[in-house]
Order: sequence, then C-alpha cells, then structure tokens
Amino acid sequence: MKRFYVFLVIAVVSLLVFAEEVTEVKIGAGWEMTGPIAGFGQMSWDGVKLAIKLRPTVNLWGKEIPVKVVLLDNKGDKAEAANVVKRLIDFENVPVILGPCTSSCALAAGAIAEQRKVAMLANTATNPLVTQNRRYIFRACFTDVLQGELLAKFAWEELKARHVVIMVDVAQDYVVGLANYFKKAFAKYGGTFFEEYYNTGDQDFTAQLTDALSRNPDTIFMPGYYAEIALISKQARELGFEGSLLAGDGADAPELIQIGGEFVEGLCYTTYFHQDADLSPATKPFVEAYWKEYNRRPDAFGALAFDAYNLALDAIEKAQSLDPEEIRNALASIKGFQGVAGTITYPEGSGDPIKPAVINTVENGQFVLKTVIHP
Amino acid sequence: MQRKTLSTKTQFFLTLFLVLGIWFLLFLAKNNASEYVILILNLIAINVIFATTLTFINGITGIFSLGHAGFIAIGAYVSSLLTLPIEQKEMSFLIKPLIYPLNKVEMSFFPACIIAGLVSALFGYIVAAPSLRLIGDYLAIATLGLGETIRIIANNTWSITNGALGLKAIPPYTNLWWTWGWAFVTVLVIASLVKSSYGRALKAIREDSLAAKAMGINVFSHQVMSFVLGSFFAGIGGALWAHLITTIDPKSFMFVKTFEILIMTVLGGLGSISGAIIGAAIYTVGLEFLRVLEAPFSIGSITFPGIPGMRMVVLSLLLILLMLFWRRGIMGRRELSWDGLYNLLRRIRFSSRGDRA
Amino acid sequence: MNVQTFLQHFINALSLGGIYALIAIGYTMVYGILRLINFAHGDVFTYGIYFAFYAVVAFFFPWWMAFIFSIFVTALLGAAIERVAYRPLRNAPRISALITAIGVSFFLENFAIVAFGGRAKSFNPQTGIYPTTFLKMLRFGNIRVPLLTFLTLGVVALVLIILLWIVYHTKVGMAMRAISKDITATRLMGVNADRIVSFTFMIGSGLAAVGGILWAMKYPQIYPFTGMIPGLKAFIAAVVGGIGSIQGAMIGGFTLGVAEIMIVAFFPSWAGYKDAFAYAILLVMLLFRPTGILGVEVPEKV
Repeated sequence: MKRFYVFLVIAVVSLLVFAEEVTEVKIGAGWEMTGPIAGFGQMSWDGVKLAIKLRPTVNLWGKEIPVKVVLLDNKGDKAEAANVVKRLIDFENVPVILGPCTSSCALAAGAIAEQRKVAMLANTATNPLVTQNRRYIFRACFTDVLQGELLAKFAWEELKARHVVIMVDVAQDYVVGLANYFKKAFAKYGGTFFEEYYNTGDQDFTAQLTDALSRNPDTIFMPGYYAEIALISKQARELGFEGSLLAGDGADAPELIQIGGEFVEGLCYTTYFHQDADLSPATKPFVEAYWKEYNRRPDAFGALAFDAYNLALDAIEKAQSLDPEEIRNALASIKGFQGVAGTITYPEGSGDPIKPAVINTVENGQFVLKTVIHP
Repeated sequence: MQRKTLSTKTQFFLTLFLVLGIWFLLFLAKNNASEYVILILNLIAINVIFATTLTFINGITGIFSLGHAGFIAIGAYVSSLLTLPIEQKEMSFLIKPLIYPLNKVEMSFFPACIIAGLVSALFGYIVAAPSLRLIGDYLAIATLGLGETIRIIANNTWSITNGALGLKAIPPYTNLWWTWGWAFVTVLVIASLVKSSYGRALKAIREDSLAAKAMGINVFSHQVMSFVLGSFFAGIGGALWAHLITTIDPKSFMFVKTFEILIMTVLGGLGSISGAIIGAAIYTVGLEFLRVLEAPFSIGSITFPGIPGMRMVVLSLLLILLMLFWRRGIMGRRELSWDGLYNLLRRIRFSSRGDRA
Repeated sequence: MNVQTFLQHFINALSLGGIYALIAIGYTMVYGILRLINFAHGDVFTYGIYFAFYAVVAFFFPWWMAFIFSIFVTALLGAAIERVAYRPLRNAPRISALITAIGVSFFLENFAIVAFGGRAKSFNPQTGIYPTTFLKMLRFGNIRVPLLTFLTLGVVALVLIILLWIVYHTKVGMAMRAISKDITATRLMGVNADRIVSFTFMIGSGLAAVGGILWAMKYPQIYPFTGMIPGLKAFIAAVVGGIGSIQGAMIGGFTLGVAEIMIVAFFPSWAGYKDAFAYAILLVMLLFRPTGILGVEVPEKV
C-alpha cells in the first residue's frame, strides 16, 4: 500500500514538471565584467539593466511574460567568452544571446553560437570578421571598415595629419583590424604612417614613445582601449609631444578622463553615441531615463546594449516563438528599428546595420560632441 | 583482524571491469548527455592528466615546479599549429605570416598530439638541467619564471604563435575517447613507474636527496627523467585542451593555470595519484557548480545578486583552509587500491554484524 | 642614442628601481627571518594603493592623512596575514607555507575584484588624491624629469637610513637579526619571537604601501592585479641583491629597474620581452651566484 502512494506522488509530480508553463523568458548575456576592459562590459550591462526596467516583459502568445537576462562574465578572455556561450546555450537553454562588446571575445563566442545555431547580438564588436560568413551573428554598431575610413578622413581633413604614428595593441583583434583599415584609407589620401606595439594592460610606454617621437609624427593614433589611450597620451605629453591625439571607439569610457586628466584634452575619437547627438527619436527619452536612473552621462556601450536588448525582444515578438532559428530569422528581417543610437536595418544576408557615427572630443574634462556623420 | 590481500588475478579482473564500466558510461554519455555534461567530462579527464603529472613531479619526486603552465602551453600551441587548416592560418596571422614549414602543414590529431608531447618533453629536458641545481623555494621561483618566460615568448613571436592574438578556430578534435583514453595511458604509465623500483628511488630522492645520492641513486638523472615524463604528458594534455576550447592565446597559460592544478593536487593529496584523480574531478565539477555564485540566485525569497569573481575568491579561500587544516588532502600520500577497498568493505561488514575478534 | 635620451631613460629607471627596492625590502626581511617567500606581498602593495584611494574618495581625508592612514592599515593587513595564514604553519614543511602564500595572494587579488570592482580606478590628482605639484615636470635642458622621481629617490634614501638604524641600533633590530640566525635560540633568550615577526611583517607591508603610492602616482591606473608583476620583479630583485639583506634588496631593486628600462631603451623592438628579462636575470643569478650580490654563503647541513 505504501508503495502505491509513493508511485502516486511521483506520477503527480512528474505531471506537474512536464506540464510546466512558460513563466519567464530567458535571454543570455555574456560581457566583460572583469578584466582589463571591464569598463565596457559594465557600461553595457548598465544599459541592459535600464532596458529591462523600461521593458520588463515581452509580448508572447498573447501574454506579457517577464524577461530574465542571465548574465555571465567572460573576464575579457577569449576562451572564457566561448565557455560562457556554451554554458548559456547548453545549460541555461537561452534562445538568443547579447554581447560581448569586444571583437576578440565576439569572434570566439560567435564561433560557438554559429555552430549551435543560436542568434548572437554583439553590441559594440566592430571587427568585420565577427559577422562575416555567419548567419547567426549580428551587431548593433558599424564596422571597422567604415570607422577606419572615417578616422582617416577626419585626420587628413580636420587634424591636417600627414605623418601618423599608430599605437597598436597586438593583443586585440579589434585594434589590429582598425589599424589596418585606417592605414588603407589614410594611404589613399597620401599620408604616411608607422606603427608601435604594446599589449593590453601595459602601463609603461616610454620605450615605444621615445622611439616614435624621434621620428617626428604630427599625430598619434590610438585605436586601442581607454586605459592605455589615457596612459599613452599622458606619457606622450610628458615627453613633449604637442601634436594631435586621435582614437577609435575604444576611448569612450569615463576612465579615459579619470586616468588621463589634462593630458587627454583635445583628443578626438569616433564612436556611436553622444547624448547631445540627435540620432533618432528614441535618443532623447533614453538620455533622460539614463540620467534619472544613474545620474551620469549615458555612454555608447550602454546605449548600444540597450538597443541590443530591445532588438532581441522585438525579434521574439516578431517571431512569436522561442525557437532560436525563428528568432534568428526575425532578427535578420528587422527594418527601421528605432535604436537610441540610430536606426537599425539589417540588409539582406548581413548582420551589419548601416548606422551613423559620431565624433567626440575631450574639452575641459568633459566628452563633447563634435560632429555627427550620417551614412 | 587480519588484513587480506587479493590475488593478482582478482585485482586484474577488478581493474578490467572498472575500465569496461567506465567505457560503457562514456558511451552512454556520448549519446545521451547534453553538450555541457560532455564538456565537463572532457575537462575532468584533461585535468586528471594535468594533476597526475604535477603530482608526479611535485609530490612524488619532490621537485617543487611551478612552471607547469608553460609545458601545457607548448603542447597546446604545437599541436594547434600542426592541425590548423592552412587557410585558417593565413587568415589568423594578421601581423606576421606563419613561418615555413608550419604554414604548409596540416596533419591529423594523433600525430600532432604525439609531436606536441615530444616538444614539451624536449623543453622539459632543456629546462631541467639548469633548474634542478636549485632547491626548494628557489626552484619554485625559477620554474615559475620559466613558465612565465615561455608564455612571454609565445606572446611575442608573432611569426610562430601569432603573438597575443592567439590561435582560433582550432579543429575541435577532442572527444570523450581521446581525453579519457589519454588519461588512462597517463595514469597507467605513471602508476606503473611509481610502483617499480624507479618510483621507490624517486620517493627516496623526495625524502632526502643527499641520502639517496649516498645510496648510489643518480639523483640528477632520475629527476630529469621525472621532469621530462611529466612534461610529455602535460603537453599532450595541453593539446587535448586546445582542441577542446578551440581558441587559445598566451593569457590562457598564466600562472593561474598552474595554481588551479596545484589546488587539484593539494586537494587530493600531493604525492598520491588516486588523490590527483579525485582532486581533479572534485575541482572541475566544483568550479562549474560554483558558477552559481556568480549569477543571481535565490534561496526561498532571498535573492543574492550575482558577484562576478566570487568563484576564485572561494577557491583561494579553499586552498588556504586546506593548507591550514588538512594539509594532507583527501588521500595524503596513500593510494587507492583494490586491497585497501576490500579491507575497508570487510571492516564495515564485520562492524555491522557486531565485533568479531 | 644621445646622452640626453640616455639620461632621460636612466632617471626614469632610477624611479622605477626605487619602487622595486621598497617592495623588495619587504620580501627580503620576511625571507630573512622565516625563510618564506611571501607571495602575497605584491598584493599587499596593491591594497596599499586601494586604501589610500578610498581614504580620499570615500572618507574624504586630505591627501597626507590618507597616505599615513594607508601605511598603517596596510601594515596591519600584513600582520593579520602573518597571524592567520603563516603562523600556524611555522613548523610545517616549507612547501606548505609556500602553497599557502600563493593561496593568500590569489585570495587577495580576487577579493579585490569583488570588493573594489573589476574596473580600474584612477589615482589622479584631478580627483584630489594628491596635489598636482607632485606631477610637476622639471626641465634640465632637454631632459624632463618629473618631480616624482626625486620624491621617490628621497623617500627610498630616507627609508634606508631609518631601517638600517632600526636593524643595527635597536633592540628590536637585534632581535630580528637573531631570529634570522636561529629562532629557537632567540626564543630561549627570552625574546617574544612572534611579536618580532609581526613587527617585521608590519614594516615590510608599510613600505609596500609607500611603494604602492609612489607607483600609483607614476602609473595612475589601479586594478586588482596591479601588484602582481611588480611584486614578482621585486622578489627577483631581492634575490639578485642577496636575500636576507636589506642593502641587498636596495641594490637589487635598482639593478632590476635600471636593467629593465635600459634594455628596452637600447633595443626597443624587445619591449614585449621586458618582463622576461627579469626572469632571465634571476636564472643567471641563481645559477652562478645563488646568494646574490651581497648574500652570505649558507652551507647545507646533512
């Protein structure tokens, strides 16, 4: 008799388990929360947190189902980024993944996502290889091909740069790629350049700078990340360099000014967002909400992560399904999405949206908008 | 109560059944388990190889080497360079092209592993000669420096290792058969070595190298052999690992890697091969389990926010507590054996039936 | 390379070497009395910087008070580590103590990630951490020397004088020297060895904090692993100079700092191998003169 009751209980419990209702929708996110580029990951996550607050449910099957974002830290390391995606797909069973924000991690993570056929939306990974020949990888930003050309044009026309030294962080695919595209575009204008090398996390650049400055460049181009940009600028100025400072979107972090101080005054860089730039109707409300929530200036990484979250939710709603393949197709067919950093449309067969770019500069210890460049 | 020894024949069959049993479980896992579980199983086997080799060098021979990550790195890079498809090599090497003949070579997994192990062993040989003249703490620091130097060289030789960018899209050849197969081979070789007179000589060297020398043991050549053998299998482990995670760069081989293997061996008992296996298994599973701490989780109605980095804090705390309160680890220096198990079972059986003289 | 560039690099090297020397003293003192490589010393260095940073940013201390606060708290941290992690293992095999030290080091690093956040903080005068005058650049002809370099050298010289006075002219110092020779005999003479050991750790850690603050003024980015590589290099410096000897630590620190900068200055294409040079110097030293430049031969007893 006892055995019968046990069997009954097991049967009822199993029924309950299988008859489970979908009580929440899980989305995966892998970002660089610790490590040398932790700033970007954390800023991206702040953007997503705000997005979750403003849009906590997704409209699926006639109901508003709460969304839960499972965040895993990839430590800024490629192997860990791949691991994180594996865990999100195999263990957490998410149908779509947000992040990472660096190209190196996105390349590694994307390889796994592509293989497992789950859509991945990197917010700020700009290296073209991230989406090249891949069906499942998308991004919310422009690519380095465009960025390199923009930077070269700006350097030649605005900064009147003719002989540039490029500080290349050889540990990052993003930096190597951006440097290459800049070189190609700059050479077309007739400019000359040479390179100096360093590693992410380096603190002392006096050796490279002393060597570089002896060749009299008029501009230092730093396609790397904010911490090194700040330190390079500081040490270059201390060594007596008086020319222009130029950087890519890796510069857009408050640490740049915190670490660089007065030495980064006048530095110009390309990025995707500035709170004063009128990039789309969604920009102003986002800026207001961000100030209200965090009481500080919204940055490009948070803005694009915010867009990524909303893109993912839009895709789920469009597909009306949690099947990764259908979500991917819905994502690919998105047109005219009003992102806070500009309108996003994915052209046929490509994960690269056509987006505007922004050039900022550092003035009086603040990030100030210089120009907006529309495609 | 007398301690009974099982006959050799019985022991052999028991081992055979164990091996077949594991083979069967692996077969089940391969076909039914999720990718994630398979990943964990692979990692356990690879960590077993790492831990066994480290305990062999550090615990059994007594050479306190902290440079293990260097040999793993060599194995990983050599095997990957040999197996990467040629077009992939051209695509990946952005700063400087890969040197000849590596850029024209593309071989299959098994020979690449063997070559990786041999190159690792060669480096072990080169490194052993100068380092083994040092003792204790100095040896530890010197091997640490050597491991780091290997990593720094890998970080800077763009035309061989692609420098800091590392290698990606390594063909994912690793599967349960390769990892567990190599783990078996490693444990078998090292265990047989330790049980033989060679192993006894190593233990004598560990206890008191001067006395061993006085007894006529060629301390230096024994230590070198131990180092070389350990690095050979460590290299193979590195090759398996590289083809599992499919993307490597010099940052994967920092001192942290050696530290993790150290925790595994200390947990299981430095100086015990079965300890190394147990330690590796517990560590691998535990680490994944601890990921729970890094994502928000709730107990009842209390939600704990996820704290990135909590895993390593717990791990290092664990090591400190281990060393303070349980230096021996789980196995100490003893080994698991059929005899030991049998006698343990007998004791339990007898004690549950009441005491018998 | 002309004389000016050479001098520029050399002066830069001296300031780096000075910081290595300060950290190396901590290593050498601990090794001298306990024969233990305190792997955690580099992380104590990092915590010194963090304490100074938070003293200003969170507690709003003025800079000079923050620095003194940091030195004291870091000293206490060092003593606490010794009390909790090393003292119980005083009689255990050296390997165990070494492994524990490694564990403490990793614990401190990862705890810093959790407690202070994984993002780098900036030790910048703009935030009021210290007056901008410290960053002033002085010019001698075409050579630019930050005021900081002179500050570092000044501090190092001061520290050396005070320390040598303590070690050779006070009872505490005599006790420290005695313990490094034979701890049991020293105990039998009525000396409270535990207290002396704690005191030694406190001095070493306090100096690490000083070195840390100077480092942060030079390289204003602080993150949990800031101290890892300088710590390792400082240990190498201590070995090179002769482990157990304070003057040795000084010499070793400067030697290593100068070697590191000058090698890269002469061969800029080898900049990536900067850290490997330190290991190479270590290996050479250990093979040909293991007791270091100023070390004393210790015969091995059978």
